[in-house]
Amino acid sequence: MIWAGVLVASASCYALKLAGLSLPQRWLQNQRVQRTVPMIPIALLAALVGTQTFSVGQHLVLDVRAAALVVAIVAVALRAPFLVVVAVASATAALGRLI
Amino acid sequence: MSPERAILRDALGIAIASGAYAISFGAISTAAGVSLLQTCALSVLMFTGASQFALVGVIGAGGSVWAGAATAALLGSRNAMYGLRLSSLLEVRGLRRIAAAHLVIDETTAMAIARDDPRQGRLAFWATGFALFTLWNIGTLMGALATHALSNPRVLGLDAAPPAAFLALLAPRLRTREPLAIALAAAVVAIAVLPLVPAGVPLLIVALLVSVYGLFGRAA
Repeated sequence: MIWAGVLVASASCYALKLAGLSLPQRWLQNQRVQRTVPMIPIALLAALVGTQTFSVGQHLVLDVRAAALVVAIVAVALRAPFLVVVAVASATAALGRLI
Repeated sequence: MSPERAILRDALGIAIASGAYAISFGAISTAAGVSLLQTCALSVLMFTGASQFALVGVIGAGGSVWAGAATAALLGSRNAMYGLRLSSLLEVRGLRRIAAAHLVIDETTAMAIARDDPRQGRLAFWATGFALFTLWNIGTLMGALATHALSNPRVLGLDAAPPAAFLALLAPRLRTREPLAIALAAAVVAIAVLPLVPAGVPLLIVALLVSVYGLFGRAA
């Protein structure tokens, strides 16, 4: 089942890349489309941050991952590199569970 | 230093940074229960970071594979926009277009369109694309192997890694007020509907709402 998802999602992502190189240029000139496309990753990434921090399955929970997110926000605000952000968040969650 | 050498140096720098990022993808993916082979297949076949993180993130959170796949595809829609911007610069046909399309991602686009001279733009695209693809896949394998060797990745706090990764991907896009408002609204809506719908579906609801807002909402 995971394989099917991996292959279908990969094919979809490739089709989108190829479509961009192949479609007529005038598609780029629609201002509404131009404005909307960058909004989609912003909304999805923010939704991923929210749901993956505060839920287990379909249940809302508040646990050490919230503390990890706060630490990650501080790291991002300090312009820490990607790996550092991920590492300090993981370390916070791991430490939180030890306490 | 000649502009060409400067481009190659920048391409390598970006590829190394992305390789480090791929290590965390490999680790997070394996910790989410996606197999070593599937994890590596994602980096070879999908090759667009945010989508890969989203797919394994949804699977790891107990969502359906198809909700994850749909989210990955939605996140990949921006690559179509990049392709539109790049097509007149690259001028690729046939097999070269088939190959070039796979390399159309955030980093290669940013590198290519930053040049005034089209020849340098093309060099930046291909050099960044090849270097990044190589190190991205090596990094993924390293991260996946390292996590594969652990008995319980949760002990290392790896379940807190995906939100941090998404946050780090999101932050550079939040330089003005409107994106910040969209991000906050999206997070609130996703959390609010989470108990009501199957896992992964909140993301699709958010994608639909933001598309309606962008296409039909009041122009800025």
